[in-house]
Amino acid sequence: MIIIGEKISVIAKKVREALSRFDPKPLQELAKAQAKAGAHYIDVSIGPAEENGPKLMDWAVKVVHEVVEKPLCLDTTNIKAMEAGLKAHNNAWGAPIINSTSNEPERFPMMELAGKYNAKVIALTLGKGSIPADAEDRCVIASEIMARGMEFGIPLENIFLDPLILQIATMQDQGRQAIRAVKMFQELNDPPMQTVVGLSNISNGAPKHVRPIINRNYLAMLMYEGLTSAIIDPLDKDMMDTAKTVEMIMGKTMYAHSYLDM
Amino acid sequence: MALVILKESYSGRIYNVQLGSGAKALTLGGATALPFLGFEGTFPNRPVVALEVTDIAPEDWPETLKKALGKASASPVSWAKFCQENGADAVALRLMGTHPDRDNKTPDEAARIAAEVAAAIDIPLIILGSGHAEKDTQVLQAAAAATRGKNCAIGKAVEENYKTIAAAAMANDHKLIAMSQLDVNLAKQLNILLSQMGFDKERIIMDPMSSALGYGLEYTYSVMERIRLAALLQNDPMMQTPILCDIGANVWKVKETMASEADMREWGGLEDRALAWEAVTASAMLTAGADMLIMRHPAAAAKAKEFIAELM
Repeated sequence: MIIIGEKISVIAKKVREALSRFDPKPLQELAKAQAKAGAHYIDVSIGPAEENGPKLMDWAVKVVHEVVEKPLCLDTTNIKAMEAGLKAHNNAWGAPIINSTSNEPERFPMMELAGKYNAKVIALTLGKGSIPADAEDRCVIASEIMARGMEFGIPLENIFLDPLILQIATMQDQGRQAIRAVKMFQELNDPPMQTVVGLSNISNGAPKHVRPIINRNYLAMLMYEGLTSAIIDPLDKDMMDTAKTVEMIMGKTMYAHSYLDM
Repeated sequence: MALVILKESYSGRIYNVQLGSGAKALTLGGATALPFLGFEGTFPNRPVVALEVTDIAPEDWPETLKKALGKASASPVSWAKFCQENGADAVALRLMGTHPDRDNKTPDEAARIAAEVAAAIDIPLIILGSGHAEKDTQVLQAAAAATRGKNCAIGKAVEENYKTIAAAAMANDHKLIAMSQLDVNLAKQLNILLSQMGFDKERIIMDPMSSALGYGLEYTYSVMERIRLAALLQNDPMMQTPILCDIGANVWKVKETMASEADMREWGGLEDRALAWEAVTASAMLTAGADMLIMRHPAAAAKAKEFIAELM
């Protein structure tokens, strides 16, 4: 299971303030803590950053790389900022992930960047217009994205299909549809396509004390269907323990009494 | 149509563990594929064969062995030299005499013998306790200190005593043999516990607990297979240590290596049969992934080495 640590996000007040002041410390602390907790990639989300996108992403990538030897997942809708991040990224620790593209025309340039910089890319199965109705709808969009990815010279193993997790509180059936989609996505190619979710979306709008319970149980169900990566909070020990336990039960890691410490 | 060989791709690699020093130093491990599958990976180091020496006369060993050793077994030093001259890659000194039910030798006596043996050979030395978990802690502490700098493998550390023995290996710069009892999960657990106390996992040699052909060998075989699959396919860092199979002590206790031809006419000559028993047990363990064997008969060891040379 590939874990993409989500803590460096513009949504968090502490991070937002650090980004506005170009203060490296909060970012570096979060990066170090997440790497230590087992994150394979560190997500760096700067938002649209319309004013100073390229400068901000270039800076953020560099300061995070000063403290962790992990590849990064670059998260912005600003194309120029994305390109600056890809240029600044140290690929010695693995190729970066572009977060994200989709089937919406305004997101196609992200594909182009993935091809140009040999980066991996998260592809939201979201098309023009409304959100996908069910798993089948998501597969149709996924196929179109895969075809476009090939046009841009992206190897299929570099595409992480994201079924688009929606909030259970208002669209209960969508939780199940996304699980089905994760299973179906894998069959779109041989070897199977990689899959990813932005997990915590599932519990958006639910009461605070319920959210972690929904999140980690949902993760277990998605993993059972073959999810290969997730954008989660690796500092949430219950979440990490759930992931480790599912992997162990699925036979992907060998049991030992101290398996949770590994 | 050309034949396409299906290949497994592995993500893990067995650690390289060095024993001894100088020209005769050995490196165990390093494999990147299942045993001997040279078309799937690389095998920088061939498996090695150690011959066993005990600190007391081998009175309880079968005649076939005593005959092969001759006068060499009169002292641990002459015995160790004999092993070195007869093709052993390493000497395994088993301090059997320290067992409370045997000669109950003191740790100091054991340490003196270990130091003498170490000084007499230039191939690597493996130092084993008697298997008495409590006494072994004192014996191995003393022996480890007396052979400091020789880069030996000491053991066996088991669940009951691993802390003290690992500390002795650490303090004296030796490698550690960690043994669990035919249980892949407990083998992993012991390695985790050792790592958690600060012992470098790349200095561990795993002993899954061996057995002899016909006496549960298949259990050892299947445990070893599972260890290797976890190490190579799941890239499990706790399972990537080289594996030791201590087979001689098991093989030379079974009926097939001891019963005379007069008693078991249909089994054929004792010597050939006994040698074959140890050599075949060795070949099975090598096929399952052994990086090091401890054997007793020099001629059986030579057969095992032939087997290795053929398959590498």
